[in-house]
Order: sequence, then C-alpha cells, then structure tokens
Amino acid sequence: MNDTVDALETEKLSRSFGHFQAVREVSFAVPRGEIFGLLGPNGAGKTTMIRMLSGILLPTGGNAHVLGYDIRREPEEIKKRIGYMSQRFALYNDLTPRENISFYADIYSVPSSERGARVESLLAMAGLAGHRNELTRGLSGGWRQRLALACAIVHRPPMLFLDEPTAGVDPVSRREFWELIYAMAGEGVSVLATTHYMDEAEYCNRIGMMYQGGLIALASPDRLRRDHPGELYLLDCPEPELAESVLRRMPGVIGVSVHGALLHVNARTAADKTLIEAELAKAGVTVRRLEQALPSLEDVFIRLVEREREGQNPAVEN
Amino acid sequence: MDFAIEAKDVVKQFRGAEAPALRNFSLAIPPGTLCGLVGPDGAGKTTALRILATVSNSFTGSATVAGYDVRRDPESVRSRIGYMPQTFSLYPDLTVWENLFFFAELNGVPKERRPERMKTMLEFTGLTPFYERRAGDLSGGMKKKLALACALVHDPRVLILDEPSTGVDPVSRRELWRILADVVRRGVTVLISTPYMDEAERCHRIGMLYQGSVLLIGTPQELIGRMPSRFLEVKASPRKAMRQIVIQTPGILSWRPVGDRLRVETAENHGELERIRNHLTDQFREQGMTVEILEEVKPMMEDLFVHTVGAQERRS
Repeated sequence: MNDTVDALETEKLSRSFGHFQAVREVSFAVPRGEIFGLLGPNGAGKTTMIRMLSGILLPTGGNAHVLGYDIRREPEEIKKRIGYMSQRFALYNDLTPRENISFYADIYSVPSSERGARVESLLAMAGLAGHRNELTRGLSGGWRQRLALACAIVHRPPMLFLDEPTAGVDPVSRREFWELIYAMAGEGVSVLATTHYMDEAEYCNRIGMMYQGGLIALASPDRLRRDHPGELYLLDCPEPELAESVLRRMPGVIGVSVHGALLHVNARTAADKTLIEAELAKAGVTVRRLEQALPSLEDVFIRLVEREREGQNPAVEN
Repeated sequence: MDFAIEAKDVVKQFRGAEAPALRNFSLAIPPGTLCGLVGPDGAGKTTALRILATVSNSFTGSATVAGYDVRRDPESVRSRIGYMPQTFSLYPDLTVWENLFFFAELNGVPKERRPERMKTMLEFTGLTPFYERRAGDLSGGMKKKLALACALVHDPRVLILDEPSTGVDPVSRRELWRILADVVRRGVTVLISTPYMDEAERCHRIGMLYQGSVLLIGTPQELIGRMPSRFLEVKASPRKAMRQIVIQTPGILSWRPVGDRLRVETAENHGELERIRNHLTDQFREQGMTVEILEEVKPMMEDLFVHTVGAQERRS
C-alpha cells in the first residue's frame, strides 16, 4: 500500500437493518499511525461501523476504503491485513493461552520459524506467561481481554480495530494496554477504537462522537474540551445529593454531574460562581472547595449527548 | 454487631490452577452500606461474589449473607439477595414486562404483590415506557437496567453486583449510579465490584483484593489518607519530551498519563516531592520546554490503586 494513502477513509457510509438506520452517512478519514477513538452511547452504531470496516458486514449506502482496499469489492484483502478485537472475541475455553495464540498464528499463516518466538513475546506482553498452561476457561475477564488482544495482533497487522478492548480491565492493566497501543501507533500501526472509558479516549489523537448512527463531533480531545460551553467548577462538599438538587434548579447552571466524590458544575458564565456559592450557603451546603477546572471528556460526552436528546422524543432510550 | 455480609477465612482452589483464587478472604459489611470490591484482574472479585451469592459452594472457611450461612442454608440466602453476574441472562424473546414477571415468579414474589412490585421496578429504573419491548431489542444500557430491575423485584435486603457498569456508556452509567444511590437510601446493603475507580470513590467502604485476599479495607478517604505517597501533576510541551524526562527522573515511584498531563507519585518523606519538582523544572528549562502545570495534587482512588498494586509487585 502507498504510504500517502489514508489508513481508512469512509464516504457517506451507511447501514440499515430493515427500517432501522444503524449508521447514517458517516464520512471521515484516519491517517496512518493515528489512534482514532469512536465514542457514543450504547446503540449509537459504533460496532456496526467497525464490522463494516473490517469487511464482515456490507454497507447499504456509501463506501469505505481500508488500507487502500474497497470494503465492498475487496473484503478478503482487508480481513487478511487487519487485527480485529471485539468485546466478545472468540477464545477457545478448552485451550491454554499459549494454544489460543498459536491457533490464531496458524489461521493468519505466521511462518512456523517465527511462531515460537512471537507466541512467547505476546504471552509476556499480555502478562500471561505465568498462566500459559492453565485453561482459558478459568481466566478472569481482564486476562481474557489481554489474551484476545495478543491473538488479534499475532500477524502484526498495520490496522487495528478495537471494539471496547478494555471493558472490565483493571486500571493498571488498562494503562499498560494503552501504552502498548501507543507504541504500536508510533511504529505506524493505525488504530480505530471504541470505548466507554473517557480516560482511554484521552489516548486518542482524534475522537469521533456518534449518536443515533450519525457523527455529531470530530476533533482532538483538547479541542473538544476547549469547545465545551460555559465554565466548569469542581465542587467538594459533604452533601453532594442536596447540592445537586439545589444546583439543578439554578438558571445559570447548564449541567451538574457526579464524578467520584466530587460534583462537576457547568455554569453559563464565570459570573455565576458567586450565585452558586450563595445558593449553596442558603440551602445549608458546606462548600469545602469550589474551583474552576478544565472539563473532562466525560463532561463533554454527557453534554453532547444531552444536547442531541433535547427537543427529541422525551422517552429516548439510553 | 450483625453484619449483612460476613466472610471468614474463605479459601477457594480451582482444579488445575497453580494458586488459590481466594486465600483467607475475610470481609464484614454492616447493613445499609454500599461496599465496593476492587483489585487487579484475576484478584478473585468474581469468585468471592459467586460464593456470597451461593452460586459456588466448594470452599473452606465460612460466609453468611443476610444472617444465613451460604452453604448450610443457601435457599434462605437466595430469597433475601439480588445477584447480577457479569453476564446475566435475560430472555431476549420475552418483553421487558415478561422478563420481570419471570424473575418475580422465580424469586417467590406472592402472586397478589407481583403487579405492584413490577410496576415499582419499572418506574424505579425508568423502563415504564418500554415495558412491551422485547429484551433483545433494548440497548446495552437499558438491558443493564432491566437486569437490575429483575435482581430487585423480590425486594432483597442485600444486592450483589459484579461489574454492572462494564460496557455501559457514561450517560447510562450515571443513571445506573443514581438508581443504586436510591437502593442504598432504602436500606439495602450493596456489594459491588468495579474496575472503575471513580465508582469506587462513591462507595461507603472499599475492599481492595490482591491475589485472593483483602489487602485494604476502609472508607475511600481513610485508605487514600493512609497512603505514604504524594502526587505531582505535570504538563509540559512537547509531550513526548515531557514523558521522556519524567520516566528518566530518579526517585519517581510511578507515573501515569491522565488526559494530556502526567501524574507522578513520589515518596512521602519530607522534601522528596519538592526535590523532584525542582529536578523537573531544571530539566524542562534546559530543554527549552514550556511548562504549563507542575504542582502537587490531592491523591485519588486511582492513585491508591496504582500505588498498592505497584508496591505489591515490587515486593514479589
């Protein structure tokens, strides 16, 4: 493939299932070596998108090219050259981790002279060297995800599709996982990943936000944060529930959400801070700390989804 | 004091596994508490929850839930708990209402109380407008809510949830927690496992599991307060050079990216954080880099997790 060609390019890509439009006219491109994150609520069309781009599912409208190949006409060429890891990656429960990786090495025709060393290095990467001979059945959720990744990259694909790769994985492993993806991208591997975990989204060079099948935002994490409207304040107080209900009634407050033990308060302008303090004091809320902060990607996500929902059917699912 | 959940020296060994999944696992949870179970992958969280939910009964040691022994009296435990495993089974061809009915019947809700309990659960989880929809046609977040409604339909005193928010988007996750806060307010004891530290921070008590036993237990504030480390937040550009310099700085206990910043762990002893901050300032200046943030920050639950796992791994 020509180095100047984008790793991935879609043009009004669409897919319907009967009357249901799972993906509608989505256009974007991923340059080589980029980590691109696809975010959105459950049911927004992210998985359908990945299945089309991996050559598993035909589009019903538009088209896309992956590594220069046409997803409608050359799906087999694409399948050979990509790594695909989904939430329900097929691992053989009755095989050991080592046997699972060898099995995928076989499917992808990794030369037998290289196979032994590659399986060993992947076992080490996945932190599974100590469990190489246990049955996969007994592995915890987090370990299974790591084994699935090892299987998905055994043929060293130049393009990786990751569908919620670290769902249920612990924070330390999650970080190690992304450091690895980061390193692979540094070597020119292109990555398209979906995640519900906003800390992971921060690892992406750019983010596409999907809602009900369409792309509603496309920018770098930094840019998305800067474009977040109003001012954001962190509120630390002993009565977060009371504070939340007080703040929700204030006209100057666009949004309130709980983050761990803190509340994130989205005010229209900086001038609303004094009003917020006054209202909280009146309601008897002790404010330990109220300080300005940059919005997190979670704030951005919630804001974008709520904005889309406003004015729509009030009983929209989520 | 009577605990809602109490486990004493539970040991569980799976056939073929080198190490036991649980070793002397002990835990006591007072009634009405929201308790979180966290720990690295494979630490034994799911195994512990399965034992407490009476799904698995081959272990040594003892455990009682809602006042009954999980091995001697599993029936009494079962009728008093709601359990949501990681992969729960709803019937995709049945509607929301039919699924709820099935679980109400299965869990022995008396016939005359069923409609009222089911309606309450639909209201509670916001599923009322969707009661006629097939469960298979619900989105991921709604399926979780239905599973939660099914686990709560018989009004259990104890609720056991195994990673309920895995695979759920941030908006639905927020709603799930709003429902949970309501459940706790009604006096139900909740034991929940989670890989997300912002969720752990919302629990009354946290138990941290490591290799099958409870390493730490306490309120999030207690546990974070006891940690013998301080934290620096660093943001400088270019980013790659910042990482390089931080990684090579001697004395740093751990580091991790958080957004476009790095969070750096230093020892608690006097002056160590200041020493590292000065070192970084000098390094950044020498390289002609722009420093945007270089300041001490309050530790969070995720810092505690990284610290604890790191300390354990260095020990072994």
